[in-house]
Amino acid sequence: MKHTLAVLVENKPGVLTRVAGLFARRGYNIESLAVGPTENPSVSRMTIVVEGDDHTIEQVCKQLHKLIDVIKLSDITQDPHVGRELVLIKVNAEPHVRGEIMQIVEVFRARIVDIARDSLIVEATGDEDKINAIEAALRPFGIRELARTGKIALVRGSRGKVLEADLSEQENVSQTG
Amino acid sequence: MAIGDCGAKSKLTGSQIIIKALQEEGVDTVFGYPGGAVLPLYDELYGAKIRHILTRHEQGAVHAADGYARVSGRPGVCIATSGPGATNLITGITNAFMDSVPLVVLTGQVGVGMIGRDSFQEADITGITMPITKHNFLVRDVNELAGIMHEAFYIATTGRPGPVVVDIPKDITTQTAVVERYPPPLNLRGYRVCREPHPLQILQAARSIARAERPLLFAGGGVITSGAHEELKALAEKQDIPVIITMMGKGAFPEDHPLFVGMVGMHGTVAANYAVGECDLLIGIGVRFDDRVTGKLDKFASKARIIHIDIDAAEIGKNVPAHIPIVGDARLALRALLDNLPRPAVHPDWRARIRAWQEEHPLHYDRNCGLKPQWVIEELHRLTGGEAIVSTDVGQHQMWAVQYYPVKRPRSFISSGGLGAMGFGVPAAMGAQLARPEATVVAITGDGSFQMNSQELATISFYRLPVKIILLDNGYLGMVRQWQEFFFDRRYSYSDLAAGNPDFVKLAEAYGVPAVRVTEVSQLTEALETALEHKGPFLVDVKVDREENVLPMVPPGAHLREMIVGG
Amino acid sequence: MKRTGAQAVIEALLQEGADLVFGYPGGAVLPLYHALADSPIKHVLVRHEQNAVHAASGYARTSGRVGVCFATSGPGATNLVTGIATAYMDSVPVVIFTGQVPTSMVGTDAFQEVDVTGITMPITKHNYLVKDVAELPRIVKEAFHIARTGRPGPVLIDLPRDVAQAPCEAPIPEQVEIRGYKPTYKGHAGQIRALAKMLSEAERPLIFVGGGVVASGAEELLVRLAETLQAPVATTLAGLGAFPEDHPLSLGMVGLHGKPYANHAFMECDVLFGLGVRFDDRVTGALDKFAPQAKIAHVDIDPAEIGKNVRVDLPLVGDARTVLEDLLPLVQPGKREAWLKRLQELREAYPLTYGRGGDVRPQWVIQRLGEMTRGRAIITTDVGQHQMWAALFYGFTKPRTFISSCGLGTMGYGFPAAIGAQLARPDAMVWAITGDGSFQMSMPELGTAVEQNLPIKILLFNNQSLAMVRQLQHFYYEGKYTAVRFSGNPDFVGLARCYGAEGLRITKQEEVIPVLEEAMQNGRLTLIECLISEEEMVYPMVPAGAGLNEMILPED
Repeated sequence: MKHTLAVLVENKPGVLTRVAGLFARRGYNIESLAVGPTENPSVSRMTIVVEGDDHTIEQVCKQLHKLIDVIKLSDITQDPHVGRELVLIKVNAEPHVRGEIMQIVEVFRARIVDIARDSLIVEATGDEDKINAIEAALRPFGIRELARTGKIALVRGSRGKVLEADLSEQENVSQTG
Repeated sequence: MAIGDCGAKSKLTGSQIIIKALQEEGVDTVFGYPGGAVLPLYDELYGAKIRHILTRHEQGAVHAADGYARVSGRPGVCIATSGPGATNLITGITNAFMDSVPLVVLTGQVGVGMIGRDSFQEADITGITMPITKHNFLVRDVNELAGIMHEAFYIATTGRPGPVVVDIPKDITTQTAVVERYPPPLNLRGYRVCREPHPLQILQAARSIARAERPLLFAGGGVITSGAHEELKALAEKQDIPVIITMMGKGAFPEDHPLFVGMVGMHGTVAANYAVGECDLLIGIGVRFDDRVTGKLDKFASKARIIHIDIDAAEIGKNVPAHIPIVGDARLALRALLDNLPRPAVHPDWRARIRAWQEEHPLHYDRNCGLKPQWVIEELHRLTGGEAIVSTDVGQHQMWAVQYYPVKRPRSFISSGGLGAMGFGVPAAMGAQLARPEATVVAITGDGSFQMNSQELATISFYRLPVKIILLDNGYLGMVRQWQEFFFDRRYSYSDLAAGNPDFVKLAEAYGVPAVRVTEVSQLTEALETALEHKGPFLVDVKVDREENVLPMVPPGAHLREMIVGG
Repeated sequence: MKRTGAQAVIEALLQEGADLVFGYPGGAVLPLYHALADSPIKHVLVRHEQNAVHAASGYARTSGRVGVCFATSGPGATNLVTGIATAYMDSVPVVIFTGQVPTSMVGTDAFQEVDVTGITMPITKHNYLVKDVAELPRIVKEAFHIARTGRPGPVLIDLPRDVAQAPCEAPIPEQVEIRGYKPTYKGHAGQIRALAKMLSEAERPLIFVGGGVVASGAEELLVRLAETLQAPVATTLAGLGAFPEDHPLSLGMVGLHGKPYANHAFMECDVLFGLGVRFDDRVTGALDKFAPQAKIAHVDIDPAEIGKNVRVDLPLVGDARTVLEDLLPLVQPGKREAWLKRLQELREAYPLTYGRGGDVRPQWVIQRLGEMTRGRAIITTDVGQHQMWAALFYGFTKPRTFISSCGLGTMGYGFPAAIGAQLARPDAMVWAITGDGSFQMSMPELGTAVEQNLPIKILLFNNQSLAMVRQLQHFYYEGKYTAVRFSGNPDFVGLARCYGAEGLRITKQEEVIPVLEEAMQNGRLTLIECLISEEEMVYPMVPAGAGLNEMILPED
């Protein structure tokens, strides 16, 4: 089963390598990994989708926890959360099929972000099912290139003051040191 | 030099910061090998109140630091230059990582501006050591150096200990920064150590122990690391629970104690392996349930509930599912268990069964023919009263040392457990001797292993370290040969060393280390006595029976009960 | 095809022409050793895995073929790391097989398990963890292809024990097809024409060659180019032997410890043609003072090298030999009398000299050795002062005769590399020039050399110290000599003898020639310990941050 892990890490050089290396070394399969800075510039958020049984996921989480640069980690698969992915699809679009493509784009609430003589770039955002569906819908026209960001996610509701909480914990650590 | 009395505003060079950090962390001995990129650091080391031991290969330095750490319980420190100096440390770092030994490894690096250009003696050491360190740092700003040094020691020594590499570019060591105070505050929000075990889990474990009819304590290296041997003994005695150990747990429980059963696993004793199969409660403390210990997993401790106490949450449930997982420090957990088990217990039937196995299947070898390696170790044990600090290399002699040199105290038997790194024994003995100058330190080695770091005889000779090297010389990579005998149709493909082996006695003498050769049974005792009485280093080359096997043996991938016991 | 994975590896090795393997057995690699025992492949058992890679590297550099080595999982593999990094920095084609714990145990911290592919990622050209035996034949074929083509380098194959033992039906593929790997051999025609014009029009051209010339076998074309242009040729350390040093156009080695006149020539040339070089920091000195008057052309097979360290006016990606083949017909012959005359003046004004020392001068010993072997012996070196003396004073005339750790600067490389070299060229005379510090790093390989009956000559300069480090402390740290003195050194002659090798000693200058002669004639593994003064320095020396012409030269 697929699990979605929300991981807060130090925003430092080499942290991505540490995480990717851990997955390779322990033989875990990464489905997707998206990383970017957060509202706190010293912290990056990684959203990792990983395939595996419960035992594997438990090991993944424990091993990730051991990385010194991993600040906080949660498996949000079972939590209510908003998960989104962005895709860019460059699709063949001769003038006579453009109308049809526009309709598909509208149905999926996607956007056309570039137009060339015989192709279009479509931008769509959504959960995995939606992305798969729009890809399938556009495939008959001929997809020239496609790029997906991988999933990013946040837990719903007011939970999520993690960063401030972590910063105060950090102070505790300094005192014990 | 501003070291030691630095005022609030005084500026220190990177090298001075490092030396100050080492002194503040209580480091009195470092092992190392200089080279271009660490010269500013060595310049500062000149005259500092830290002893530097110059080895002959960086691998010797890191193993020595490891031996020092294992025997003293304090972090080992070693220094190497960039490029080949750093890559020469890899085996030693991996070895410390696999056996959870606290090391702080300082490597030189080319200047910050030269990094990533394949400069002379540049190697991406943080990249290379990522899988084999607890953590590593590349220092990019001299203002961060003091903090990193403190974090390195903190990470190396807390929780599950391990090696930490600090890679220091040359220009960082000459730049200056203000160090207000040492230690500076830690900045480790991603690193938390859970030492206190959860009280409910303890309660549950205590209940299981109280109910168990055939409980078995199973102690590993974590007991020694946390200093929990007294608590272990108290729990065993009070609850009348027999004890088995891993190799890393050797010393966690006195082997002459009536509750001691033996080492478990591939070369464990029959009684220990049977006991695992028959117990109804297995209490693993600071163990990893490594494949060399468990044999085939599906029948491991199949009648038992398992309590697993470890400070590293990731070890619990990794190989063997634990019914009662307890994350925490072994000593604190055992104390809590003792507090929760006020009433003593006895298990006479269970102990009688174990005693019967022990009597029926003692360790044995043929004492009547030839110069047996096992007997060499038994004699050594007799002559040292079991009081020596023993380091071993890797191979058959290692297992014989485990089997025939029982120890009473923690930190008195050191060996490469998880990695199985040949070449560990002699440099580790150097580190052990420096940590315990008054102790008798014996390195038990084989002809294959010894040659991997024999250059360190020069270090031993120069510093007059009175290490005794007992070389069980069978002219083979003996363990490889044994596997080839058992599992590869006796085809000894490239495991015979005899033709290219040196004359080890002359080799030692070339370094100014006295040595004798033993080829007859009648010569052994006197040779060992000579070695032990000699004031300085000594090597005894014992030409042992060439094709002796380590028994019992559980074939790889077999169940613990499926032992080759031999005739 | 009924064979195991291990047998498929052996089959692939034979197909690649690998008839020699260096290695050290252990639990996880035993299936490979089991298959090896039945094969015609010769195996050389070393005493430490580090030296298996070094020996394979020496073999590869001497023979031009791919070196192969085997090691077991865990410590066997980690012991290889320095050797792999050394080969990587010097672009040496080596294929390394490591045993691994069975696939089901990978990632569990099993006994003797380490993440070898993770560790070696920064120091291999490519590496593989084989999880499916069906892929194994293809992987071995690819590994050899990647190791030897383009810019050569080490490739590692991590082979779990169960995969090696599993039945393998997949055949070895005929062709290698790797989407992400297509090295460029042929240079861009327009750039080659531009280069020809640049060189033909230059007044003071200088050709600057490195290991890439040796690797591609371009040495004869290089002589023709130099003669056609009447352009002098300087080499890097790795390029020694690419151009005969007895040729009148030879300038020898340039750089931090380059020949003084070569370093000066770099300051004056107007076109600098770098061929198969990296413009490493040890060569350029301070970059802002490097070749200040020159336009720079840079040819290398690795596009990432071009423009990495120095600004390049004419970049050209391609194989050195292929490029020279295309270039030669396009260059105009020239006489360049003024430039050659100026170079002659530089030679006279800035000769190579020894500096102060004791009775036995290492530089002099190496010069005599060069004469006695007519510059034709295979010389391997370790790292330190002796390495620089060998580079400066031997006089190399043939490619693949100078074998040394140039990029990583690995002490302990020389002697195992000599073992590989001697096995590659049984007829040749192989000298391992070493120092007391370096030799102690790989000394147990005396056993290997004795066992293999290799008549290598080891010339060990003993100054009882890490003298290159000492030299740096002399110049940069006010002579505070820390941790450089080896007072616990063994009796090296006695050491050699206890392995059954010959041991000789030189303590006075008059012993030099007779001892060298004896060693050359005895047909045995021989160690010559040559006692020299620790006061010896390597001159010239370009201090950190200085230009190539701002050398420290001997005072007298």
